[in-house]
Amino acid sequence: MTDKMKKTIDDFPLLKEMTPPMRPEEARIEADRCLYCYDSPCSVACPAHIDIPRFIKQIASKDTLGSAETIFEANPMGHSCARVCPVESLCEGSCVYLDWHEAPIQIGRLQRYATDSLFADGIQPFSPGKENGKRVAVVGAGPAGLSCAAYLRRLGFSVTVFERKPKPGGLNTYGMAEYKMDQKTALDETALVLDLGVDVRYETTLGEDLSFKSLEEKFDAVFLGVGLGATSSLGVPGEGLKGVYEALHFIEYIKNHEFDKIPPGETTVCVGAGNTAVDVVTQAKRIGTPKVVMSYRRGRNQMSAYDYEYELAAGDAVQFEWFTVPVAILGADRVTGIRLRKTMIEDGAVVELEGSDFEIACDRVVKAIGQSKQVDLLKNTAGIELESSGRIAVNDETMQTSNPKVFAGGDAVNGGKEIVNAAAHGKRAALGIFQFLFPGQEPGPEHQVWIQTIEGVRVVRPPNHHHDKEPEFANV
Amino acid sequence: MTKNPNSRTFKKIPKTVDLSADCAGIKSPNPFWLASAPPSNSGEQVARAFDHGWGGAVWKTLGEDPPVVNVTSRYGAIDIGGQKIAGLNNVELITDRPLAVNLKEIAEVKKKYPKHAVIVSLMVPCERKNWHDIVKRSEDTGCDGLELNFGCPHGMSERGMGSAVGQVPDYIERVVGYVKEIAKTPVLTKLTPNISDIRFPARAAKKGGTDGVSLINTINSVMGVDLDTLAPKFAIGGKGAHGGYCGPAVKPIALNMVTQIATDPETVGLPISGIGGVSDWRDATEFLLLGAKNVQVCTAVMHYGFRIVEDMISGLENWMRRQGFSKLDDFIGKTAPNIVEWKHLNLHHKTVARIDADKCVQCDLCYIACNDTAHQCIVRPADFGRNGGKSKIPTVIEEDCVGCNLCSLVCPVENCITMTEIPTGHEPLTWETYTANGMKGYKEVYKRFHD
Repeated sequence: MTDKMKKTIDDFPLLKEMTPPMRPEEARIEADRCLYCYDSPCSVACPAHIDIPRFIKQIASKDTLGSAETIFEANPMGHSCARVCPVESLCEGSCVYLDWHEAPIQIGRLQRYATDSLFADGIQPFSPGKENGKRVAVVGAGPAGLSCAAYLRRLGFSVTVFERKPKPGGLNTYGMAEYKMDQKTALDETALVLDLGVDVRYETTLGEDLSFKSLEEKFDAVFLGVGLGATSSLGVPGEGLKGVYEALHFIEYIKNHEFDKIPPGETTVCVGAGNTAVDVVTQAKRIGTPKVVMSYRRGRNQMSAYDYEYELAAGDAVQFEWFTVPVAILGADRVTGIRLRKTMIEDGAVVELEGSDFEIACDRVVKAIGQSKQVDLLKNTAGIELESSGRIAVNDETMQTSNPKVFAGGDAVNGGKEIVNAAAHGKRAALGIFQFLFPGQEPGPEHQVWIQTIEGVRVVRPPNHHHDKEPEFANV
Repeated sequence: MTKNPNSRTFKKIPKTVDLSADCAGIKSPNPFWLASAPPSNSGEQVARAFDHGWGGAVWKTLGEDPPVVNVTSRYGAIDIGGQKIAGLNNVELITDRPLAVNLKEIAEVKKKYPKHAVIVSLMVPCERKNWHDIVKRSEDTGCDGLELNFGCPHGMSERGMGSAVGQVPDYIERVVGYVKEIAKTPVLTKLTPNISDIRFPARAAKKGGTDGVSLINTINSVMGVDLDTLAPKFAIGGKGAHGGYCGPAVKPIALNMVTQIATDPETVGLPISGIGGVSDWRDATEFLLLGAKNVQVCTAVMHYGFRIVEDMISGLENWMRRQGFSKLDDFIGKTAPNIVEWKHLNLHHKTVARIDADKCVQCDLCYIACNDTAHQCIVRPADFGRNGGKSKIPTVIEEDCVGCNLCSLVCPVENCITMTEIPTGHEPLTWETYTANGMKGYKEVYKRFHD
């Protein structure tokens, strides 16, 4: 294939960011529509507790830099969250306008308006803290690790990040549906964090290129943001055939724009019905695969993908094979089909119906039934206590693991949630690390804003009704 | 650092700018004060406001005991479109708490917040002794300054105080004089806008020896009539009283009065504390550019709470960084000299409207506004609606355009209609020179009439 024939992203208009940015007048009108609630439900719903009414009012008064600062203060991943957060289930889903059956404020798009303008201006709103003499290793440059690194740098820690991949960002860079957020956007955001002076060692894998012991020896604390492991296996014959992909590998080819590695073919069958599975089937459609089928062992109402994700897949003309499980992937060398068996649910359990097998001819099968936990890496390499589910056990307040020097957050702790959850973990862990290494000390006043957003919506000083008690200065 | 595949550098803008303000010798960490009003009614409120970042507070006006009694229906507002409280009106009087309670709390707040400005607002009958007494008791609290309330237009004015004083320059001069006889802290005189020319009361205050003026107080107003009950909006048992109007809607009136005092040769340099419709940092910055040393805020706080000061501080700081200003004095009053008398405007300056066809949403508001009410210089495509012509995008006949701005004001799309300066090549000509020249020398820069 010559370079001329090589497909580029421009050959796939449907992969371009689907939600358009707001024009200034749209942003102004929408920002003015915000009621500026006090103790706002949107901020409560946001796992990073961004002061949403505040950043929106800052847009209304044309202080977009201040607005972006408000966002990044509470969430260093606010640029990507603006695009990929499931806002319908979080901030926008709790907007008071819904009580009147009116459209909620478009918080995600307004957030993007603010953060986009910061990147357009190329301004760093934060500065690293005065070096405090302590060194922290962060394993994994994904949302949890980078969020932690950002606050650690602001607190004055020396931070070294170890990243398995050649680029930073983790799933932000390699795993988000391209039509929601392109790789450049994710990398821009990582650059803002790294700009605070973070040393990153790329293509360095814990347990392979780097021993956990050496980390423990060389650093005063370690943050594990290692995410999840490989895509779980289906456990059926034919998984080794050419044309069988793990969901994240398939998506990564799209993220890297390596379209020659994933020709559209005729039919793709994706097994699984979570949000990642939706990213697979929609993007398979959007690179031009005529027929895309989603197979799930339960029904539409049990699928773990958000409703909004299901609508996307349905809108892309994906076919659904509800109540089916794969029993074999067919083919000699390459995939030629998949054999599915019908199921039914009895007392909540999936029961396979013998004799109901049927085949779908296909040239690609994508496995999207979730990722395994990094049990080997953590238990055997790092000696960290895990929960029975394989998640890292942490102190919820500080994100400290069973090894006092080691903190953890993100998917490795919560089993796989949103970017914003990972970012919130990283933020909490940064304070946890500070408290561990500087017991009894308080970070300076310049840190009070983000620290308050760890637990909830920031309240400078709650109203104190004068009938309730004497003003606190009464005895001055 | 091993390598960074996405190296990108970011501009570091200077983090700190100095927001500290000085109005007539009253210093505060920033130029944002609570105006004398319900938000500054008690020590608990003022302390909480300071915690949020307010730089100063003018206490709700103190009077003599026994304290006044207020009515229970006090505020009314007008909403314009989706904007709640575009204007607010109130019939609340001065503090209804005993003088001793207020003085005690003022002293406590000042002690707890030594760097914040605590100003005591005063209103007592126009006798020397009354003013001397209250000034002494107020200053005993350790406050940073006094504000003489000559502005309140409702209730108190019926008792010969508030705007009843502010409307008579002689009274202003006399009472300011009483206060200045004994006041040790700076004195601001708060002016009422309910007069015909704000320069006269300002000059009188200056003659009386005031250290500065604060303006505007509220404007006489009636909020409306309830068309179901035919009662006034808002009513106290079916009856209303005119009240004091404030909020975003009054800002342009306040800006004019501030500018008049800042540029009047007799009062130029007199420190001004700007008040009237300040809702965000942009409003505040406009007051400062027109000559105010700081601003006082009430309505926006009553709408959203003390927290808005955080956005004001952030917005002003970021604007100063963008502009390259490091302290308030770098820009205070910078725009005031450019507000001149009409006769000094250049008659040979020409601007015309230009419509960006790519941005036009074809609402035709500019078209109908221009043709029905302005100067008939916007046209629609001749074939619109005929011969399959679908475009309604209007165009401007530039030689007819008088550059009145109306189309750009009604246009809902940002930067769609741009008023563009057209060089005429003519020497500047003002009305003053034109009339001095015997009405000669004006080159027609726009068509005044069509044959």
